[in-house]
Amino acid sequence: MGAWAIAVHGGAGVDPNLPKERQEEAKRLLTRCLDIGISALRSNLSAIDVVELVVRELETDPLFNSGRGSALTENGKVEIEASIMDGPKRRCGAVSGLTTVKNPVSLARLVMEKSPHSYLAFSGAEEFAKKQGVEMVDNEYFITEDNVGMLKLAKEANSILFDYRIPAVGTCGASAAMDSPLQMNGLPISVYAPETVGCVVVDKQGRCAAATSTGGLMNKMSGRIGDSPLIGSGTYASELCGVSCTGEGEAIIRSTLAREVSAVMEYKRLNLHEAVDYVIKNKLDEGKAGLIAVSKDGEVACGFNTTGMFRGCATEDGFMEVGVW
Amino acid sequence: MGWAIAVHGGAGDIPLSLPPEKRLPREAGLRRCLDVGIAALKAHNHPLDVVELVVRELENNPHFNAGKGSVLTTSGTVEMEACIMDGKTMKCGAVSGVSTVVNAISLARLVMDKTPHIYLAFDGAEAFAREQGLETVEMSHFITPENIERLKQAQEADRVQLDYTQPIPKEVPKEAAVADGDSQTGTVGCVAVDSEGSLATATSTGGIVNKMVGRIGDTPIIGAGTYANHLCAISATGRGEAIIRGTIARDVAAVMEFKGLSLKEAAAYVIDQVPRGNAGLIAVSSTGEVTMPFNTTGMFRACATEDGYSEIAIWDSPTK
Repeated sequence: MGAWAIAVHGGAGVDPNLPKERQEEAKRLLTRCLDIGISALRSNLSAIDVVELVVRELETDPLFNSGRGSALTENGKVEIEASIMDGPKRRCGAVSGLTTVKNPVSLARLVMEKSPHSYLAFSGAEEFAKKQGVEMVDNEYFITEDNVGMLKLAKEANSILFDYRIPAVGTCGASAAMDSPLQMNGLPISVYAPETVGCVVVDKQGRCAAATSTGGLMNKMSGRIGDSPLIGSGTYASELCGVSCTGEGEAIIRSTLAREVSAVMEYKRLNLHEAVDYVIKNKLDEGKAGLIAVSKDGEVACGFNTTGMFRGCATEDGFMEVGVW
Repeated sequence: MGWAIAVHGGAGDIPLSLPPEKRLPREAGLRRCLDVGIAALKAHNHPLDVVELVVRELENNPHFNAGKGSVLTTSGTVEMEACIMDGKTMKCGAVSGVSTVVNAISLARLVMDKTPHIYLAFDGAEAFAREQGLETVEMSHFITPENIERLKQAQEADRVQLDYTQPIPKEVPKEAAVADGDSQTGTVGCVAVDSEGSLATATSTGGIVNKMVGRIGDTPIIGAGTYANHLCAISATGRGEAIIRGTIARDVAAVMEFKGLSLKEAAAYVIDQVPRGNAGLIAVSSTGEVTMPFNTTGMFRACATEDGYSEIAIWDSPTK
């Protein structure tokens, strides 16, 4: 019998000027979610059940960019996506374009277990949700005042930038919050509050699982799909490990980041920590991202090339850590 | 070294007894598309332009499951998806849920070139297509009598199986095969490399017959059905779920990079890891090699290299 391990994240790329109080709030939530996961592991729930449970908690709390509190599309609405993967047989489920499903990660699980497919999106996904009787809400449920404000900032930043991806050179003077020169996805980092959420778990039987959930990029085009629902990019789990990523979606997709960790363990025979280091160092080019990972041997690791990543991890021997920087 | 190109029109349980009226038009289609690609490579077009051009041809051909001739969703509608990737820059573009755009692969290319995103789907993708002035038509343009028939057969077969929306005690059959193996052939793709080693891949499909509305397969998922980097370019086809969980396209490149295998060895290795009857792929390397392994009954495919070699085939895996 092996040892369990768990990690959670709430986004990579943190504004160094983020008020202390918000950082503490985030850490408290991550701690609470870790505790929920630890409790579940001690009650012998399987890895796949634990990741779903924990991500549901993160989706329900408006603090992070998932479920309630999701980033807004250019139209001011919410389009949520999520994916979940079960290491042992590499079963997977994913959803995108959800607008009324309260817990996207649970719908992703239902796609995996109750549909003949792996990935459902937009109205088809919503139809499936209704047939499965999952909890549905109005789109307004997901929208927070904070994010309405953030959308405005993002639109202002965009109206100054010609190419979304080219960093602006000190042209953003709209408000004090725009002072930070750090950029992600071409926007001032202050636009990024707490972000995409994820959880990875290995249970006592050595089974790994991973799940990721997000509202996506602030001010995204309607219909834009990021890395979070893409198996191999934002989420991956195999016999060897479970991985969940966060950061610049496009960079994570190009580098198939989550799969990369497992591939490097499998083909280069690196251990979890070496694999995570290798991948973050060598596979991101100019992209900015972070990830959390667990291995079947009860190890947990995280890596990021961003300024900070909201994360927490714990192992059966009593180790626990929650951090931002 | 030299240019190389491969095209496919879908891997699946293609019956050896496939009647000439179903076989000949597809062979002719493959031959024509291969020629189009070869001409473009000889004219020094960039591989990205070559693969887009070839896949457009395949989409326009009603005998393949992409563009016109796409298989139908359970509602009798068409939801197409496509993906394109450039090996050198690793830029990519993907679309899903496209119902009125004549050439989904070109829309994917525009997502790559004209947006800060990689992947657009459904209404958002359609709106973007119109913004970009791409050719759009009534959905009926894509629907062929053969596919209406295929949907009918699939739905009849389903009536014998349990309705998957009811709670069932055991595992739901994933993307179960339909009686007529021919209807399982899906997806078209093209990979190309020029004499400078620049690589590109493009894949396009109508998906799986009788699929749930909103179902996304492996084609638009970077690393699953489509992938290219500085080493190789891959386009995969077969059972979507198996290709997604196997991250097949990415793995060929990963195995080359991390285990030092050749293109042919890496591709064969990856296909071997997938349960029999589930997948096939075409791949080219930066040094002008080409390989087309599959573990299904057959795969509509063709390839050519600069030194004059060319091949068009349906059955008989070359890995034997």
